Amino acid sequence: MLRFALNDGVVEADIHPGLPALDYLRQDARLKGVKHACREGDCGSCVILLGKLNGSSIHYRVVTSCLLPAGALDGRHVVTVEGLNRRILSPIQAAFVDEGASQCGFCTPGFVVSFTSYLLEATRWDLSEAIEAIAGNICRCTGYASIRRALDRVLDRLRSSVDPSEDRIPALVREDLLPEYFLRAADLLEDLVADNRSSPPTPTQLVIAGGTDLYVQRPDELPSVDVVVLPIETDRPIWTEGDDICLAAAATAEDMKRSQLLDETVGGIEAAMRLMGSLPIRQRATIAGNIVNASPIGDMTMVFLALDAEVGFVAGESRRSLPLREFFLGYKELDLRPGELVDWVRFRRPAAGSLFNFEKVSKRTHLDIASVNTAISLTIEDGRIARACLSAGGVAPIPTQLRQTAEFLVGRTPDAATALEAADSARAEVTPISDVRGSADYKRLLIGQLVLAHFNVLFGVEAGLFEGAIA
Amino acid sequence: MSNHEIGPHTRGESLFVGDLPDPPDLVHAAVLASPIPHGKIVRLDTTPAAEIAGVVSVLTAADIPGENQIGGIVQDEPLLAEGEVHFAGQPIVAVVADSPSTARRAAAAIEVEFEERPGVYDPREAAAAGSLIVPSRTFSLGDVDRAWPSCDVVVEGRAESGGQEHLYLESQGALVLPQQGNRLRIISSTQAPTAVQRITARILGLAMNDIEVDVARLGGAFGGKEDQATPWAAIAALAAFVLKRPVRIALSRIEDMRMTGKRHPYSSDFKIGLKNDGTILAYEATYFQNAGAAADLSPAILERSLFHSTGSYFIPNVQVTALSCRTNLPPFTAFRGFGAPQAMFVMESAITRAAEVMDIDRRDIQRRNLLAEGDTFPYGMKAQQGHARRAFAEAESRFDVAELRQRADDFNHEHRLVKRGLAMMPVCFGISFTSTFLNQAAALVHIYNDGSVSVSTGAVEMGQGVNAKILDVAAHALGIAKDRIAIETTNTLRVANTSPTAASSGADMNGMATEIACRAIIDRLRGVAAEILEVDPERIGISQGTVTIDGEATQVGWDRLVSDAYFKRVSLSAQAHYATPKIHFDRETEKGEPFAYHVYGSAVVEVTVDCLRGTYTIDRVGMVHDAGKSLNPLVDLGQLEGGLVQGIGWMTVEELLFDRGRNLTDTLSTYKIPDILGTPEIDGHFLEDAENPNAVMHSKAIGEPPLMYGIGAYFALLDAMRAFRPDREAFFHAPMTPERVLMFLHGDRATAATEDVAEAAAVVQR
Repeated sequence: MLRFALNDGVVEADIHPGLPALDYLRQDARLKGVKHACREGDCGSCVILLGKLNGSSIHYRVVTSCLLPAGALDGRHVVTVEGLNRRILSPIQAAFVDEGASQCGFCTPGFVVSFTSYLLEATRWDLSEAIEAIAGNICRCTGYASIRRALDRVLDRLRSSVDPSEDRIPALVREDLLPEYFLRAADLLEDLVADNRSSPPTPTQLVIAGGTDLYVQRPDELPSVDVVVLPIETDRPIWTEGDDICLAAAATAEDMKRSQLLDETVGGIEAAMRLMGSLPIRQRATIAGNIVNASPIGDMTMVFLALDAEVGFVAGESRRSLPLREFFLGYKELDLRPGELVDWVRFRRPAAGSLFNFEKVSKRTHLDIASVNTAISLTIEDGRIARACLSAGGVAPIPTQLRQTAEFLVGRTPDAATALEAADSARAEVTPISDVRGSADYKRLLIGQLVLAHFNVLFGVEAGLFEGAIA
Repeated sequence: MSNHEIGPHTRGESLFVGDLPDPPDLVHAAVLASPIPHGKIVRLDTTPAAEIAGVVSVLTAADIPGENQIGGIVQDEPLLAEGEVHFAGQPIVAVVADSPSTARRAAAAIEVEFEERPGVYDPREAAAAGSLIVPSRTFSLGDVDRAWPSCDVVVEGRAESGGQEHLYLESQGALVLPQQGNRLRIISSTQAPTAVQRITARILGLAMNDIEVDVARLGGAFGGKEDQATPWAAIAALAAFVLKRPVRIALSRIEDMRMTGKRHPYSSDFKIGLKNDGTILAYEATYFQNAGAAADLSPAILERSLFHSTGSYFIPNVQVTALSCRTNLPPFTAFRGFGAPQAMFVMESAITRAAEVMDIDRRDIQRRNLLAEGDTFPYGMKAQQGHARRAFAEAESRFDVAELRQRADDFNHEHRLVKRGLAMMPVCFGISFTSTFLNQAAALVHIYNDGSVSVSTGAVEMGQGVNAKILDVAAHALGIAKDRIAIETTNTLRVANTSPTAASSGADMNGMATEIACRAIIDRLRGVAAEILEVDPERIGISQGTVTIDGEATQVGWDRLVSDAYFKRVSLSAQAHYATPKIHFDRETEKGEPFAYHVYGSAVVEVTVDCLRGTYTIDRVGMVHDAGKSLNPLVDLGQLEGGLVQGIGWMTVEELLFDRGRNLTDTLSTYKIPDILGTPEIDGHFLEDAENPNAVMHSKAIGEPPLMYGIGAYFALLDAMRAFRPDREAFFHAPMTPERVLMFLHGDRATAATEDVAEAAAVVQR
């Protein structure tokens, strides 16, 4: 039995926890403002707000309901576009009308929900941040120019009416951007969450965490098998333990993107994660999922391989760990034993003088799967590369480390000649195949270029060797 | 000016076919499609599907009571395959079950064995084998053979443009409700209600008056629901007819992408001859259109390629030939631009190649050869009230293109690994269906006796704002506020024999029909008002909901006028028909005046290429576009911006890939359309004082032309790439994916980018 708040009401229903929330909302709750166009989290037309009680207030996140297990609704405040409607158009809705920011209208509710999520979270009223927040919403009609104008129109109004530091929900209610019932939603949830403790999964159960890839790959199976939905919000997704930096299995790409600890110790993670999926996906995509999915081009996996991370597993009482580089045995083949779940990922805190960079090229710059991605971590001592670790994706059946190239780098000075030789070495070390992400020749060429790009980013700007990269 | 449709869109209250409540006894249809591109069906066993609990019916070609034929222009396409399959994705069996997932599971359980046959995927290969959909066609003007010797420069080349998935967000679907007897009511997501009606009647062996088709709105279409909405409605109708139960069909995204056609890929040869001053004397092109496995709309699209072969330019000697080539791919179909973008890409490629050989700015060739008043198109029509030169000049000055050029050159001089590029793209697009008979529309206007108004036309709303424009026309013609008028669904009972809403002509023709119908009623109402007010009807007007005498408001309001008219037994309804005047075309001589008028405009596209990674950004696009006297500037601006971005997508990231007939790009994770972060800053302007006497309220059609501004993105990228590699010849193979960019920049070198890095100064350590 799931209990949750849905818009301004409360629902208690016997829903299969593996059913996509989208299907519950459209079919059972008859909320037809929740559209769907892809069922793989790529279009944003099905997004909803998922609110979690945090102390006495609710923290809302935007999620794609097509990839969300219904079980994840339990104890939450679920808001669809219908739950944002008031008798008259809200300022967001009115701005879309005034700017003609909707044509066929199919994607529009998703944009309204995503933008509302931005307004709930923003620390300042900034157009480019707003655009980034709604970038997971695809519109085929408008070319987005009118949508930018509509967002700007709302932000302009907020700049003069809402101080970003004031209590957000009451302010947005006051400005007609949220219906009044949002003021009472926290009370509603307090009554709901009391007895919600999930028990650990049994070996026969299928475990769903973020579900962002599972629902793309096994959409038909999940609503009919015995599943357990793990909560993915953790109070402490990333922490230090001695010389190690540790990440919970359920830490998300967005947790990584926002982590001050990663920023201070590794650097470059924020920019790397910006190229991984959209906000709704990043908020649900877990590191364990990214690793276990074993995609040869997993972005998070590529980061951890370059940091030479270790991965820990748990199965009931038994625990073990191994270096991530040894986890991938062949294409989608893993050293994972029955019943085992990823427990954590950890890596040695980079020494002083360490550098990190992530590169990714995909057909579409944002929200796309890489043709080739790679990360590098270097430690410089006395002007020479003392340690090097280089990962590469899209160039082999598994996510891989380029060990020969890394070995070549050790002891070298980080200069142009080294960069060129490293690029040659990387091209020689990879075994790409031709597929929808690019030809083998292209991927081989590209890995070399991206090795050069690593050197460009880490050393070139100061040397005047390369211009700064384009975004 | 606003669009009354948008408010409900933002609230999630606009109902698409899939949002309509399920009627009682509803069942769901799913389709088993051919997994192979070409072969003979040697065994088809549907019993494993029929045995699955929840399955209601399994339908094959044998269950079709009428004719198993959905072809329009050429009758060459079965609804359900019989005996053989000609493309991967071709429907073979329809399964009906109590849920969509059961229907899909059952369809997957069907056992089919094929005897595979070799497939043909390359249009040139098909042409060489004589496998054409229709005989080839040639348009000519002047005499190219005599012109070549007079040219100072003659260059030849080849240009390839890829297909394009429509990616309307609402996938194909229909809901069919059986009515009394054999009659059916079909709610379809189609641009062509009459096509659905006619084809369904043919499939079921019924008359068209047995079938009602109703369309509220489409969640995007772009041409993809002109012919290709029909099979899904017909399959659901077949099931509803057989079962006497309501049937819903809704393709999943992957089904939609696999089973439906897209924009035609073209492979073309060109030859262009110029004087040293850049004047184009002669142009020759051959288009090999990849039509896919059935004709669909390919012959009409082929024809429009010929009509737009010379783009915005006047060329005195032209010979262009087009071949529609049958291959084993899904039947390619209409997509915004309808063959014109493919032809214009070839023309721009020829100009670019010529500029490269002559070492002059391609913009100089473009400018010098733009259409002037009275210039003749290759099909014999003359350019009249044209704005090709004006729009180009205004774009050059408004966006200061000379300065942009200088700045890009300076930037490129200063930067080695990042290059900027620039290109102008003029567009000239003919308005009217090139099949003259389609240029007709009708409207039905009712004024109810409370004064509220209902307007029905043949136009389908798919986001292009046709309802908003028709509302503007009706409110203007009736002299009342827009909130008294409802624009109704498109319904074959109210408006018969509709032409598809296509060819950018929906608002033009249906708006005109609406205006005529409204005027007819107003004429009667003026008579009534003249009686009430005891003045000559000539002096009566209606404005802002009030009767006027010589323009002065009276005490008689709209509601009273309508009420009085009703009690006086005056008809408050009118039906009107509009047929675009003067147009004609002779397919024997390939000459005529096929278009009511042309739309003109010019764009400038600015890009930046990262020459290390092969990635790029489309930075800014400025456009000066001719919309006549816009009916609704907000709607038109949306069409301008949206069309542009679709065109940029086609030219850059949207890459349709097939592997031996199987679509590799059948999901949103493998086929990428532009996202908000990848779209440029857009600065769109309309030409002032460009009233068009040939369309409703002096407006101009706008749907398709802006897409072709996107072609500029390809040439701007090429411009930037050649700044990095001036030693390499330009190539013309769209889309310009990051792969093609990088292979051009570095692919011919053993160690890529080496020179650039090696010649640089020593690196300072960090």
